[in-house]
Amino acid sequence: MTIANPRIIIVGGGLAGLMSAIKICEKGVPVSIFSVVPVKRSHSVCAQGGINAAINTKGEGDSIEQHIFDTIYGGDFLAQQEPVKKLCEAAPGIVYMYDRMGVMFSRTPEGRLDLRLFGGVKNRRTLFAGGTTGQQLMYALDEQVRKFESRGLIKKFEGWEFTSIVKDHEGRCRGITAINLATMEEHVFRADAVIMGVGGYGQLYGKATNSTHCNGSAASACFQQGATLANIEMVQFHPTTIPGDDKVRLISEAVRGEGGRVWTYKDGKPWYFLEEWYPAYGNTVPRDVAARAIWKVVKDMKLGVKGEDVVYLDVTHIDPDELERKLGGVLEIYSKFVGVDPKRVPMKIFPGVHYSMGGFYVDFDHMTSVPGLFACGECDYQYHGANRLGANSLLSATFSGFETGPSALNYAKNLAKSCESIPAAVFDDEHQLQIEINKKLVGMNGKENPHQLKKELTETMMENVGVVRFNDKLKKADEKIIELMQRFYACGIQDNGAWANDELLFMRTLHNQFILGRAVVGAALARDESRGSHYKPDFPNRDDVNWMKTTKASYTTDGPKFDYEPVEPIHIKPIVRRYDVAPAKTVDE
Amino acid sequence: MKASVRLKVRRQDNPKSTPYWESFEIPYRQHLNVINLLMAIQENPVNEHGQKVAPVVWECSCLEEVCGSCTMIINGKVRQSCSALVDQFEQPIVLEPMSKFPVVRDLRVDRRAMFETLKKIQGWVNIDGYFNLGPGPVLDEKIRMKCYEYSRCMTCGCCCEACPQFNSRSPFIGAFAFGQVHLFNSHPVGKFDEARRLDSIMGMGGLADCGNAQNCLRACPKNIPLPDAIAELGWTTTKRAVTRFFKE
Ligand SMILES: Cc1cc2nc3c(=O)[nH]c(=O)nc-3n(C[C@H](O)[C@H](O)[C@H](O)COP(=O)(O)OP(=O)(O)OC[C@H]3O[C@@H](n4cnc5c(N)ncnc54)[C@H](O)[C@@H]3O)c2cc1C
Ligand code: FES
Repeated sequence: MTIANPRIIIVGGGLAGLMSAIKICEKGVPVSIFSVVPVKRSHSVCAQGGINAAINTKGEGDSIEQHIFDTIYGGDFLAQQEPVKKLCEAAPGIVYMYDRMGVMFSRTPEGRLDLRLFGGVKNRRTLFAGGTTGQQLMYALDEQVRKFESRGLIKKFEGWEFTSIVKDHEGRCRGITAINLATMEEHVFRADAVIMGVGGYGQLYGKATNSTHCNGSAASACFQQGATLANIEMVQFHPTTIPGDDKVRLISEAVRGEGGRVWTYKDGKPWYFLEEWYPAYGNTVPRDVAARAIWKVVKDMKLGVKGEDVVYLDVTHIDPDELERKLGGVLEIYSKFVGVDPKRVPMKIFPGVHYSMGGFYVDFDHMTSVPGLFACGECDYQYHGANRLGANSLLSATFSGFETGPSALNYAKNLAKSCESIPAAVFDDEHQLQIEINKKLVGMNGKENPHQLKKELTETMMENVGVVRFNDKLKKADEKIIELMQRFYACGIQDNGAWANDELLFMRTLHNQFILGRAVVGAALARDESRGSHYKPDFPNRDDVNWMKTTKASYTTDGPKFDYEPVEPIHIKPIVRRYDVAPAKTVDE
Repeated sequence: MKASVRLKVRRQDNPKSTPYWESFEIPYRQHLNVINLLMAIQENPVNEHGQKVAPVVWECSCLEEVCGSCTMIINGKVRQSCSALVDQFEQPIVLEPMSKFPVVRDLRVDRRAMFETLKKIQGWVNIDGYFNLGPGPVLDEKIRMKCYEYSRCMTCGCCCEACPQFNSRSPFIGAFAFGQVHLFNSHPVGKFDEARRLDSIMGMGGLADCGNAQNCLRACPKNIPLPDAIAELGWTTTKRAVTRFFKE
């Protein structure tokens, strides 16, 4: 039997969620989209630098094969190679689609799509729209979604927060529960397939370049309901962020791609340490490499500018008009938030939490370990391995949406039973459970301040699960989170109102973050090697014999449990990854 | 050095309740922005009299002035609060929700009307499908740069708040809408639907209701030249009216 009109729910309205929605609507099937923020305000708007596609318009001999190589090599051989291949092959088609949607990509004098250089690559491959590429792509999809919305194919639930999935007796995902952030009403919704496009979990570290809704709460909720998470120890620190109180703000890699230089003072003279240590790539080494180098210069060699935890990122030698045209939006962030003009004075930067390589474990059809539950975008794990290359995630968010939409639709259409025929009790039980949780949380009147617990959690993550990791510190971090979880039950909620109560959601998120945090810590502790963003000085080398494996975390009430699955190098055989000299083998040879 | 920051917030518990003022004292640190202050209240919701109160509710997301969420009135001027650096304001810093949109709670308002307007004006480029049909049209970088100014509109509502014509008693749709019409009508393919978009702003609440106060230009955080779009559309809608009268 096939189901003619399946019901599909998408949670998350970033690039991934909206792209999957569009691909389903294109087939004439309606979808519902749930998002905390109006979808147009999703985190994807923050992306500055650009989106990769090997369109090779600069006569540099760029190719799809080279893009595949760079992505897998850059990810230190932990990415799934078949999906990466499909991603890179689809890239030119994806940027052309955006171009046709009206994205104001920067142009060459002839009016064609311009390209810039990004980290970890040798060729210009990055399309950009001034310094606000993510915003421009996000708006393009938002507009197309609005078109479908005005035709009645899309129903948006903006200002709703996902709270849990509903599973039937066979363990299939059959819907979701969600809470209306104004009325605080908890509702249950039936679906034949559910797609998660909920973004990364940078907020687990408190200060990140991420938007406030990138908190991992939804992924953690699904984890607790049986979804496997993969490679969650792989958290990217971006080398060039502006330290701040509420968040760290990104200064895009595009700045280095356009000629920005990183330096600090040594013996009273400017020292361009990236150029000295990595002559083959210089300032455009990948993020993990640059972040570790800055870390070393500042923390180990104590050479931060004026003794502070910062080094310089310098563009003062570049023509101001060119800077304005190519990096206007990026540099504006610095002048706005620091109050200093980067065209005249070098910027002060330090590495900050930026991107979650890990996320939902999915198969090549983007289905999670829970049948009927799909995941795409930053919240899935498969494209970036142990380190993501710049400008590859606007691409993977879009491409994974492209894949997930049709595959969820296909799954839903081929179900033996539609969600309409699932007994009401299945939905009522989950609904009641969530209502009870809300009641308990709103009634909490203990002495502990939940915001204090959050602070301790994020400090613990930052201190122990950051750029450099040690097993004893990771063990302590886990103990600390367990302690925080115990203290959670002694919390008092700051607001027990029944209208637009953000504190209730804060409490829910916090609890989910403890559980996610333990999984991240546990996965980092177990992986005794150094690979991509995961660096342990006590195990300084990559260990392909034991660790060329995907970490798979599953939830148990006694804490996270880990299994491993070998990564098959079906396209590119592992070689040592280094950036001081060009890689031993690129596809050109 | 200042030891604390004084903050006065216009609060409202729900859409139907009466607004009231409440003041807070927040420890001063360097480089604070207005959202830091609201976060501090969230962590320790105590008013100036030392009474425990419900934390102030507001909206934010990107914290880097690119999503438009956190728009509110600060010392009488509408703007984004995440980029409002405390050192640049006189104290007490007075926060109010935008007045032209229904309040949800405290500083959070409901701006759905703006998104509805974007539907009405058909703010999108109609394309054949989402498969690879090759690149879009070649575009002069000069035109691209002009269009890019308009495509940075965050639908934040500053132009609506600042506009004397935009209010709950008038059907005026707001200046941002004209920027978007202008943007899509400037695109080589978007142009194909020019007539429909022009028709959508030629009725009640449309272009003709603009009083030309130009407040929108001053209020826009991205310096979008909305009056230019309005002037340009004034001319094209006139041409369109002639066509409609004689040819359709
Ligand atoms: C500052 C910055 C700059 C970047 N620059 C680049 C770049 O130049 N190039 C590049 O390729 N990548 C860049 N990235 C990365 C890229 O922007 C993101 O990885 C990508 O946009 C993620 O898209 P997404 O669709 O997966 O999720 P997001 O855009 O994060 O969207 C998540 C969605 O999920 C919703 N959501 C979350 N939780 C819930 C819940 N519980 N209930 C309901 N809805 C929920 C949110 O409302 C939102 O709609 C950058 C990232 C940052 C932080
Ligand atoms: S939070 Fe996005 S504009 Fe201020």
